[in-house]
Amino acid sequence: MTIEQKDIFKIAAHHRFQWEEAQQSHVILFPEGMVKLNGSAGEVLSLVDGKNSVDQIIASLKIKFKDVEGIEKDILSMIQFALDKAWIEKAN
Amino acid sequence: MATQNNGVAVSVTHTQPLWLLAEITYRCPLHCAFCYNPTDYDKHTQNELSTEQWINVLRDARKLGALQLGISGGEPLLRNDIEEIVVEAKKLGYYSNLITSGVGLTEKRIQVFKEGGLDHIQLSMHDITEEINNFITNTKTFELKKKVAAMIKSHGYPMVLNVVIHRYNIGHIKEILDMAEALGADYVELANTQYYGWSLINRNQLMPTKEQIDYAEKVTNEFREKIGNKMKVFFVVPDYFSDRPKKCMNGWGEVFMIVTANGDVLPCHSARVLPNIEFPNVRDKGLMWAWQDSPAFNRYRGDSWMKEPCKTCPEKEKDLGGCRCQAFLLSGDAESADPVCSMSPHHHLIEKAIEDAQNPVLQAQPILFRNDKNSKKIISGEAKELVKDFHTTP
Ligand code: SF4
Ligand code: SF4
Repeated sequence: MTIEQKDIFKIAAHHRFQWEEAQQSHVILFPEGMVKLNGSAGEVLSLVDGKNSVDQIIASLKIKFKDVEGIEKDILSMIQFALDKAWIEKAN
Repeated sequence: MATQNNGVAVSVTHTQPLWLLAEITYRCPLHCAFCYNPTDYDKHTQNELSTEQWINVLRDARKLGALQLGISGGEPLLRNDIEEIVVEAKKLGYYSNLITSGVGLTEKRIQVFKEGGLDHIQLSMHDITEEINNFITNTKTFELKKKVAAMIKSHGYPMVLNVVIHRYNIGHIKEILDMAEALGADYVELANTQYYGWSLINRNQLMPTKEQIDYAEKVTNEFREKIGNKMKVFFVVPDYFSDRPKKCMNGWGEVFMIVTANGDVLPCHSARVLPNIEFPNVRDKGLMWAWQDSPAFNRYRGDSWMKEPCKTCPEKEKDLGGCRCQAFLLSGDAESADPVCSMSPHHHLIEKAIEDAQNPVLQAQPILFRNDKNSKKIISGEAKELVKDFHTTP
């Protein structure tokens, strides 16, 4: 599935995304497993909440990280990766 | 239902438990031949932790970093306080998992679990045939399991099926996977029997051949291709047929912490078989001390305890020398390489076990099912014959 700017995603059913104090990172939890996310993946997935569309996510991260070079591409590939892993699913 | 260590994706930088397995009771209405609860479990059935003690365990483990909670046993549903435990788990931010045979799950209870925030239920299934289900569990539970599967699904839970694989069902993998699909399973774990506890004493009767395993794996791969993302299928490879051991529990005291019915804190299910180690109990110095400072948890952390051939082995980071319990049970030396390893001086013991399992005379010995009577027999030394090949009671 290719991602469109207007797409809205949410954390997939049976998955939970949360901040872990002990790990100092975001994690995704699901039956039989867990994944510890690095900082930028955590930033992106915090905005995948069933409300923000992909272009809104890109816009807010561009503001937050002051147009770091290539940021748009990185965000899109992170979303694609999460989608391929079935951590997130389409909400619209 | 005891669970086997499975496809968990974890990355760790320092030692924090990520998994807490609460084996909250050793009582069980099933009598599975492959159960890897300790054969002397009957000793530990009198002294179960109270609800309040379990809640404290949950809190302390969470402080240490634990995230995934498995509520297991025995059959956890025999306790009537799972409802309270689940609510606390949710409050603390665990991803909670009830690991059950399904016996004792009712509409009413599942509804309370759902409202309380239990995240998923892992159901054990045994076969597509009623005969084999009922034979291997030594109970009549076939119809019940199908009913429970439907109940789990109808409450919006992900359906996670765990199927322990052995000689009696390995030829039915295709049919088992088809059944899982028909039930709407989201995850299926085909867990080849690992030989600890009851499965170790029944090893000759349970172990399939290498050809059967290869075939089962092939069938599984074909099914995976067909089903795609709809259902995740894990195939847990049996270590006896590999020439390197598994990295047992992802390393001793690295990510797993087990608290048993009576409050013992263990780095793996069968650790109590190891000699000269006193395992901590939550009733004594608490969980923090157990994980961080107890001599038991530090005993085999890292690799400084190793002997040759592991000590200078270029692959030691990969498997950390395998399983300490398996090493001791089979070789009598807990610090030796896991005999599964082809470089282990005790590797012939694994080869012999594979051979014995093909011996029709040994195959024909009766299975010793997991029940209180048999456990008492083992404790009293009456069943000595069955444990004579091992260096301690499994
Ligand atoms: S007897 Fe069967 S159901 Fe009961 S704990 Fe053992 S494996 Fe699980
Ligand atoms: S010799 Fe020891 S460390 Fe090396 S592969 Fe075998 S078990 Fe692992």
